Amino acid sequence: MDAAVALLLAQDGITNGAIYALLSLALVLVFAVTRVIYIPQGEFVAYGALSMAAVNAGFLPPTMWLVVTLGIAVAIVDSVAAIREGAKARLPMVIFKNAVLPILAVIVVRQLPLKDLAYVLQVLIALAFVVPLGPQVYRLAFQPVAEASVLLLLIVAVAVHFVMVGMGLYFFGAEGARIPPFTDGGVTLGPAYVQYQTIWIVGIAALLIAGLALFFEHSIYGKALRATAINRTGARLMGISADLAGKLCFTLSALVGAFSGILIAPITTIYYDTGFLVGLKGFVGAIIGGLVSYPLAAAGAVLVGLLESYSSFYASAYKEVIVFTLIIPVLLYQSLTTKHIDDEEDH
Amino acid sequence: MKPVIMETSGLCVNYGRVEAIHNVNIRIREGEIVTVIGPNGAGKTTLLSALMGLLPARGEVKYQGHSTLGAMSVDALVAKGLVLVPEKRELFGSMSVADNLLLGAFARHRRGDRDHAKTMDEVYAIFPRLAERHKQEAGTLSGGERQMLAMGRALMAKPTLLMLDEPSLGLAPLIVKEILRIVVQLKSMGVSILLVEQNARAALQVADYGYVLENGSVAVENEAKALLHDPRVIESYLGLGGSHSIAA
Repeated sequence: MDAAVALLLAQDGITNGAIYALLSLALVLVFAVTRVIYIPQGEFVAYGALSMAAVNAGFLPPTMWLVVTLGIAVAIVDSVAAIREGAKARLPMVIFKNAVLPILAVIVVRQLPLKDLAYVLQVLIALAFVVPLGPQVYRLAFQPVAEASVLLLLIVAVAVHFVMVGMGLYFFGAEGARIPPFTDGGVTLGPAYVQYQTIWIVGIAALLIAGLALFFEHSIYGKALRATAINRTGARLMGISADLAGKLCFTLSALVGAFSGILIAPITTIYYDTGFLVGLKGFVGAIIGGLVSYPLAAAGAVLVGLLESYSSFYASAYKEVIVFTLIIPVLLYQSLTTKHIDDEEDH
Repeated sequence: MKPVIMETSGLCVNYGRVEAIHNVNIRIREGEIVTVIGPNGAGKTTLLSALMGLLPARGEVKYQGHSTLGAMSVDALVAKGLVLVPEKRELFGSMSVADNLLLGAFARHRRGDRDHAKTMDEVYAIFPRLAERHKQEAGTLSGGERQMLAMGRALMAKPTLLMLDEPSLGLAPLIVKEILRIVVQLKSMGVSILLVEQNARAALQVADYGYVLENGSVAVENEAKALLHDPRVIESYLGLGGSHSIAA
């Protein structure tokens, strides 16, 4: 391997690593706040990429009726809960937000000349019909069992994963799709030729990560999510409901997942079931961070990207094996060194 | 007579098949300090958890005239000014003192009440120690400071009824005195208080009315001053002025 190839592989590794980093952060967030090991995270990558491909080709977002159907289901469940609590005043808002709004969005999007819209608008439309699936999935699948054990939540997550992969095949078909890059071409930086899309990916990933950091450090909602992760009882007593926190972080993770899909779709062909492997690699990164540390998770995810890239050069048949084998020494190290952290209290 | 702010009738709480609270009737009037005293395991913490909606309960709880059991969630109660400072404090250990306080105002923030900077100044005025340590992580505070932070965080919610679970637990006598002085100060600021204590003498000295909880039922109730001189209470909970004279 000469220097040029090494640089090319490094570029590839960092590009994928940036995507894995985004996903690993979303996984850590969801786990820290809700204790859900969020296997379906990867499905949002595929849904985002394939929805964007559809909109870009001038088709309606394939998942729009799914968003409407789940929205109506959420409206029914929330209305029943509101009536049981005697809070009938909430009903109009519940029905409007969950059921009417998606239908209005479908009506609007049907009027639009999708193929001729600006790229950015196409991205926003694709996101608008994928991201709501995050809070909807939380409300219908996870909120009713929010107090259950980590194992039960994991089993629900696996079930949601299978359902979403199956529906992905139904909505998007078996063919893969690519989308045009944000900007065509590339630039020669020293000895290496770098595609503009690579710069977009790394740049936007860095911006998103910085944005998440700002959100968690400075906004009261970000702080409320952190507080829920630190002490659920304490957060509950301050009126930070577990439902709100769950909904918020499932929305964030759906946004991160779907947007990651749109970022990588110009450089990789995405199929309905591609998301799982991509998500798993983000998961390996998250595990390196012990499912609690955001910086370690991001660093681990970049490491996964580099390892994958170089092993695809040396032993491409074993690329996945090598990446997933990484998890064994990490788990071994963590189980030997992790100390059990109690809620820090004074007695 | 001042209006009633919270009232329970026939309140029962079960842990599995064991009844931890049986047929409890208590009443808290606006601007009063009401105390619930009793030995370990009498059901004091269970009572507060049930009032806060953390545990399923039977019977009736009325807060500001509304029935709450099964009807109002914890966050709905917090939004209506019912705030609990739990026995375990439940602080956000790896966050700063200032962030802990800010999150106390979360329910108000959601309602659109964004005036927390002013409330935080008021809390710092009550607990100057917290102002000194506002950047420090909550997990590194001393026991007394943690109790102050837990109370300060609760005050950020602008409570109408503040429920304190064993605020003196594990604290040095001087700090207990300070905490109780602040409880009285809060009362003068118009906050109603439900004070649960094992330190019966200290609690009865600051309270207006008291209930003695034994084995999950109210054994005795009366004006706090009367309870201090009630032979049954003296015998069981006040001793002969020896070991319990912490705040005397």
